[in-house]
Amino acid sequence: MPEASLNDYLLFSGLLFAVGLAGVIARRNIIVIFMCLEMMLAAASLTLVAFSRFHTVDGLPDFDGQMLVFFIITVAAAEVAVGLAIIVALYRARQTINTDELDALKG
Amino acid sequence: MPLPLFYFFALLMLVGGICVVALPNPVSSALSMIGSFVGLAALFIGLNAYFVGTLQVLVYAGAIMVLFLFIIMLLDLKKDSAPKFSPATLGAAVVVPLVLVFQISTVISSREGSDAFAPLNQETLSAAAATLVHKNDDNISADSNIIADLNQGELPDVNIIGQKLFTHYNFPLQMVGFLLLVATVGCICLSKKIATKPVPAGQSAAPSRSSEKTVDKTPRA
Repeated sequence: MPEASLNDYLLFSGLLFAVGLAGVIARRNIIVIFMCLEMMLAAASLTLVAFSRFHTVDGLPDFDGQMLVFFIITVAAAEVAVGLAIIVALYRARQTINTDELDALKG
Repeated sequence: MPLPLFYFFALLMLVGGICVVALPNPVSSALSMIGSFVGLAALFIGLNAYFVGTLQVLVYAGAIMVLFLFIIMLLDLKKDSAPKFSPATLGAAVVVPLVLVFQISTVISSREGSDAFAPLNQETLSAAAATLVHKNDDNISADSNIIADLNQGELPDVNIIGQKLFTHYNFPLQMVGFLLLVATVGCICLSKKIATKPVPAGQSAAPSRSSEKTVDKTPRA
């Protein structure tokens, strides 16, 4: 049975990142935009883990990549908590989360 | 990871991601995101990163997406769910990711050398254990549990990650703990109700004691 190679993992993580990017550009609901941002972070994590497995140090995977993923997940959790609190505050103030209607900073 | 299994989980991840972008209802977006993250966690486990895969399911698919679902249902967004895309944004949303994918695939295909993963089996892990004991540097300490697991042909990744976390990455770990504390305080500050107007005397008797306190704090103009 053939095994999946590094290039397969990198290609699919690039595809997941591209899908997240498309969502950030196309969607107007700020919560969905936020979810797509999380998806892009997760795609970057997949790249890190794939390289961590590929670059063996003394026959073991290079665990520094996985440590970085650990910190990415922690920072993402903090980011989600603060971001969702901001979205709730925004909704209380403006009664909308559609980015087309949130144009107070538009020049 | 065998190729058919890899394609199954990779497509699960990708289709979940496309559903997040394409489905109009935010609740179905969040649910397909959970499916996408489960596929991603399976890919992590296929890369022998068992701890990271578990973390992905527990933290992302468990905690973060439930938080998203809470907020979506709290805000009750059903009413403005009809998405209308302008042709310009839709065009940009197709073209920009396609350019990105083209760049990535060009870079990947121009990569030289073997792209196969080194095998991790009983032989290589025992050899790694022997190297660890022999070298005895401070990268991964030759702990007896790690050596025993490696000699049995298992990858003790939780053990190694834990050791690295409390030795090499001790300072970043404490910084991240502080970051979480700051995020918690920030959330509380953001979600505290701020009474903007002083309530007239007739109404201030009716609400509970806690809301009276917030009213008292507001500066009277």
